[in-house]
Amino acid sequence: MKSPLFRSYTIAYLVFLYAPIVLLPIFAFNDSKVIAFPLQGFTTNWFKEMWADVTLWNAVRNSMTISISVAVISTTLGLFAARASTRFKFPAKAGIMGLIMLPLVLPEMIVAMSMLVVLLAVGIELSIFTIILGHVLICTPFAVAILSSAFQSLDNSLEEAAYDLGETPLSTFWLIILPLVMPGIISSLLICFTISLDEFIIAYFLGGNETVLSVYIYGQFRFPAKVPAIMALGTILVLLSITLLAIAEYFRRRGIARSGGKDTGGFL
Amino acid sequence: MTTNDTMIEFRDVHKYYGDYHALRGITATIRPGEFFSLLGPSGCGKTTLLRTIAGFEGISSGAVLIDGRDMAGVPANKRPTNMVFQSYAIFPHLSVAENVGFGLRRDTRSKEEKAKAVAEALEMVGLKGYGSRAAHALSGGQRQRVALARALILKPKVLLLDEPLSALDKKMREQMQVELIRLQRQVGITFILVTHDQEEALVMSDRIAVMFEGEIAQLADPETLYRRPNSRKVADFIGTMNFLPAKVLSESSDAVEIDAAGFGRIHIEASQVMGGATAEGATVGFRPETLTILYEGSAATDRESMATIEEVVYFGDMTYYDVRIDGTEAPVRISMRNVFGRPVLDRGARARVGWSPGALVLFR
Repeated sequence: MKSPLFRSYTIAYLVFLYAPIVLLPIFAFNDSKVIAFPLQGFTTNWFKEMWADVTLWNAVRNSMTISISVAVISTTLGLFAARASTRFKFPAKAGIMGLIMLPLVLPEMIVAMSMLVVLLAVGIELSIFTIILGHVLICTPFAVAILSSAFQSLDNSLEEAAYDLGETPLSTFWLIILPLVMPGIISSLLICFTISLDEFIIAYFLGGNETVLSVYIYGQFRFPAKVPAIMALGTILVLLSITLLAIAEYFRRRGIARSGGKDTGGFL
Repeated sequence: MTTNDTMIEFRDVHKYYGDYHALRGITATIRPGEFFSLLGPSGCGKTTLLRTIAGFEGISSGAVLIDGRDMAGVPANKRPTNMVFQSYAIFPHLSVAENVGFGLRRDTRSKEEKAKAVAEALEMVGLKGYGSRAAHALSGGQRQRVALARALILKPKVLLLDEPLSALDKKMREQMQVELIRLQRQVGITFILVTHDQEEALVMSDRIAVMFEGEIAQLADPETLYRRPNSRKVADFIGTMNFLPAKVLSESSDAVEIDAAGFGRIHIEASQVMGGATAEGATVGFRPETLTILYEGSAATDRESMATIEEVVYFGDMTYYDVRIDGTEAPVRISMRNVFGRPVLDRGARARVGWSPGALVLFR
């Protein structure tokens, strides 16, 4: 695979992927209201402007509330479902698991629309809570997928061994199962958090008067003067994503090293 | 029943998985301090039976008693048994010492005393000084030893071993067999071993229960199983046995007179007569080493037959001959220890075969 054709293809692909992201910090520090070359000089004013924006802080607070709640709820539900599907036999198991995983391939728009109709009909006011409901629906399949693979690699004898050595089912879960699936739990939390954070359609449909980060950023693009501040915000989000990914990878590798498995794949 | 000669008692134990009848009326007793094996092909219910002792598997009817106490409703974590799993089930996130000491968590002894117990257990299995190692960095044989130490540290009444040697290579397996026997004598705990390897069962056990299709076919000490298998099925499963068709001529209360092709008329004692014949009718069975090829000057045997050598398999210390005894249709296998100065015979050679009626078993 050392053909120059493949090499240039690879380079073009990577440029296409990452060039727009590299532009974010460049224009975030550019001393001009217009997003265009040539660059006009260095400034940190856009960060100051962004920092002073009260509606932005409100959106950040909403997004954090939603994403953290969604990550915790989806991972907890995923834990139950993954444990049940890998450990127990029950009637209609395949069908039930299929229905849980279905939102993975269901167009989000359909989920958002149908939920909106139902919520309005039932008379539940649109709020942060309704966004959380929608996000849990689409994040749980991801949590189930990640945690199922963590549970599947767990030898059933480990559990029986702990039980055999005098532990109760509860303490066995706490002492043996939880530590061994912890890397999966952390991955699930981070991925659900990320999916919820940048989700737009459900947040837009079910948010009512509450604005989240993605909806706020989309709204700001209507005002050209606000765009450089958005670039500054984007820069911070990119740094945050890289940090989260690095943390997830650190825990994943530590989990593998501790259980003596072989490293296959991973993010970084 | 709380007599001192019974550690485990199965009373007509049945187990169903839905429609599948996995255990079909197991009744047996296992003595204290005994090395007991459950031997059988895969799917015969031996592992299921072991798991009913551990409490991982409930039973559909009957009773399992440990040391005189009915185990109905007693969960696995409250039973006086510990298990060595086929996969060893070493906790990968804990150190060797933490693994071995895992069962002591609920013990009220002081930290120092527990550490001492762990060190002693490790020394017993030959892993002195391995305590701080990470469990996942151990070899197969070392994991096996950790699993043993972890189970034995709790001083259970019964140690259950579920095919513990099947994952090891041949050399390691033979070494561990000897060590398990030594360990069992040292601690004096009842060991119950599940295995599909008849050789392993013969080497290690005081008594063996041979199981087929959810039933115990024969329960006896290794020598009885080998010399006097009670059915053709057991005879086939344990070692190699030759079979020749036989016709019963007459019988009395203490002996049977038969006519076997190639052997002629034979007087068989009642103790050598077993049931369990197949549809083919009565057969005589004999082990390869009970027949001898007679050379010039060999010691005389009770009876002799003439035979033609059809195949020679040379094993260094042993030679296996497939010979056809005059008057029979199928060849039988004879094993001969190779002795210096005694030639290995060639294919097609004629030979005198010596045998003794006392080494035969009649299945009818």
